[in-house]
Order: sequence, then C-alpha cells, then structure tokens
Amino acid sequence: MTVLDAALELNPQVAIRPEPFGALAYNYGNRRLVFLKHPDMVRVAQQLGDHPSLQATLVACDISPTRWNSFATAFESLKSSEVVRER
Amino acid sequence: MSVESLVSQLKGGLDAPICLTWELTYACNLQCVHCLSSSGQRDPRELTTAEAKQVLDELHDLQVFYINIGGGEPMVRRDFFELVEYAIGRGIGVKFSTNGAFIDAEKARRLASMDYLDVQISLDGTDAVTNDAVRGEGSYDMARRAMDNLKAAGFGPFKISVVVTRHNVDQLDEFKALADSYGAQLRITRLRPSGRGADSWHDLHPTNAQQRQIYNWLLIHTDPDAELPVLTGDSFFHLNALGESLPGLNMCGAGRVVCLIDPIGDVYACPFVIHDEFKAGSVRDAGGFAQVWKHSDLFLELREPQSAGACSSCGSYDACQGGCMAAKFFTGLPLDGPDPECVNGYGDLTANGVDAALAPKPSMDHTKPVRITLGATRTPSATLVRS
Repeated sequence: MTVLDAALELNPQVAIRPEPFGALAYNYGNRRLVFLKHPDMVRVAQQLGDHPSLQATLVACDISPTRWNSFATAFESLKSSEVVRER
Repeated sequence: MSVESLVSQLKGGLDAPICLTWELTYACNLQCVHCLSSSGQRDPRELTTAEAKQVLDELHDLQVFYINIGGGEPMVRRDFFELVEYAIGRGIGVKFSTNGAFIDAEKARRLASMDYLDVQISLDGTDAVTNDAVRGEGSYDMARRAMDNLKAAGFGPFKISVVVTRHNVDQLDEFKALADSYGAQLRITRLRPSGRGADSWHDLHPTNAQQRQIYNWLLIHTDPDAELPVLTGDSFFHLNALGESLPGLNMCGAGRVVCLIDPIGDVYACPFVIHDEFKAGSVRDAGGFAQVWKHSDLFLELREPQSAGACSSCGSYDACQGGCMAAKFFTGLPLDGPDPECVNGYGDLTANGVDAALAPKPSMDHTKPVRITLGATRTPSATLVRS
C-alpha cells in the first residue's frame, strides 16, 4: 500500500496559514514550521479528511494524474513531519 | 518548488511575519555589555497592558503562530504572566528569553503548567568568570538557579541560549554537556554589534579562525533530525561561504519574514536594528501592526530584490548572501557589501576604509546611569554619572 491509498487527515495540532506561495503549516505540538509549496497542496491537505484516501482527495480536487507521484512524495514528507497523519 | 524558489518567494514578503520578536520592556536587572536593545531603565512610554493585548488580538487575526518575547527582562513587567496567558489563550505560542532572575520554585511550577510556552535562559559562559564578565556579577548563579528550578518543576526541555564570543567559543562542548545534563536544548546565536554590542563588538566578536571553529561545530550539532538539535536562529548563514550550508533558510529575514516590536510599540525590521533608519512605524499608528507590516515604505523596500553590490563578483555570495544587515550597518560598512565577519576577509574594516568613530550609534539608549561614589567619607555628594 502506498501513501496514495492511505486515509489521511490534517493533524489536529496543526494550523495552516495561506500565503502567496502556498501556505505555512505550524504544528503546535512539536513546534515545527513546514512550508506547503503550492496552493494545490493546501487545498488537498485541507480536504484529506473528507475522502477515503489521498488518491480520492486528489481526484476530488481535480489534480491531474500526471502530478500524483509528486503529491505522493510531498504527503509522505508531511506525514513524517506530523503535519498530516493516518486516521 | 525548489528551496531556492521558496526563498525567493519569502524574500518578497509574507502576509504576516513567521517570526516576530517583541521586547516587552527596556527595564532590566542586568546590564549585559552586548545587549542588543541597550536595556536597563524602563521607558515611560511602554505599551500598557490593554495596548499589549490589542496587539496580541491583531497577531491572532494575522495567524502569527508564535512570538518571541524578550526585553530588557520581560519578567520585570508586572503583567508578564497576564500577557503570556492571554497570548496562549489566543492560540499564539510564546517563547521568551530571560536571565532567570525571577524564576523561583513557584514561578517555575507556574511556567511548567502552561502549554505552548518555551523558556530560554541566557548564559554566556559555562563558568561564572566567563559569563559574568559579559552579563554582570552574579548572573551565572542566577541563571543556574533558574535552570535548577525549571528542572525540579518538570518543565521539560527548556532552552539555554548562548551568544558566542571570542571568550566562550572554546566552551561549546561544555555548553552542550550542560544542556544535556538538564535535558535542555542548546541555542547558539551570533554576536551583533547592536545596542551596547556596538561598544563591546571589537573585544568580543570571534576571530576569523574561531568562525571556522564555530562552523565546524555547528555542522556536527545542528542536524535537524537529532532529538534535540542545537538551534541557531538561522544566525550563522554568513559562515555558509565555508562550505556546505548550515540548516535554515539562509537568508536575511528582516522585514520579510521577521520583525521586531519594541517596548513602546515601534516596529523595526529585525531585533538587531533598533535604529531610526530601520523603524517602519508603530503599532500605535492608525491601522496598527498589520498596516506597518503590509504597507510601510521600509518593509516594501526590503522586499524588493537586493543588490549584491561589492559582493557580486565573489563566488561565495550565493552561499552567504552578503551576511547580516545589522552587522554591516553598526560597524559602518555599506549594506550592499561584505559582512564584517566575512570568512573571506573582505569585510575587514580597515581595508574598507571604515572609520569606527563614524559608525551609526543606536537611536535609543536605556542604559542605567552608573553611580560611583567617590571618597564617600570626604565628599558627601560627589557622584559620577555615566549614561
């Protein structure tokens, strides 16, 4: 199973602040600041909890399948920095 | 998006600062020789509790995630806990810097009971002689007592904050061991020639050989994946010209991602440039802090692409970014040229024809007058006042 199949959600300790380049995500628990480097990533992150998997969220957000691999890599990294988590 | 393009976006400014420092008061029980804000005496124009809360409301609306509180000694303010609790209640995490004088057992327990609060105890030597020469007599014991109290209260990993100087650079391993013994996190930052630091800079700033020593030490100890990596506040990016980059954004954030609010509400580009030339406005002006951050002429100018000036022909510019604006300004160097601690030696003041006497002085000085009683038994009222 890859991260594309995982049911993810935004970590409840995380606040997201939209910025022109994407957004800043701050985890109040581990005090880490993470950059979401594209507005599409922000949309996807915010809707993760409404869909059964990351891939389903990408579909719902109208992200072209040619970009799914790069989203998979990005969300793998957001998982390890505890911005998102499995539900 | 690559790191480079992210940095170029950040240089264009953000909707609100990432890292905001707020000096709550110019009052301080100490008179450190390198104090960035020349603190000592309270300024009568200090923001009131109500004004400070209004600023916090604004920072909440701007989604500022956390603030760095400093001073002076912030715990001198009688409403210190009230303001910290108010900030946390509004979802703004607080990191505050203190010399520890007021962290007794009871205060340590109170601090330990609060979420989203970080404490940073300043210490500039691993022994009283080295520390007290910079921070004043008794300040080493004061800091260690605060650390003991925080540990006993179960605060968890507080921070020990060190300004690295010519005299404590050989103690880096000892600082790390001290932090480890408390389960604390070590923070090492760069000395700046700001505030009273302008006067002590030439005696305290590390030599060129020591710069390399610092760089090599930081390379080993700042691994972000370590459990408690040594923090630097991104203050050593001028050393990146020595090789591999240290962790961090590697850019001057002044007016772009950081700024300073001083005790009377004036907003400066960064904590190291309390000078009229870098004052962008005041939180007391119409429109408050947001107006200053988003629209002040100074901040808009800082967000424009900056010229590398004399550094443009140097192959290290991409790595070091020309160093620190404040360090150049207060040593009298041009802002679009090398840092006074340029590792290639291009910032040498003499070679640049800088007359140290003409370097800009801080616009404000809250240093306490030093009263030395002369021949107390003979002359009843002879005092020397040095401001």
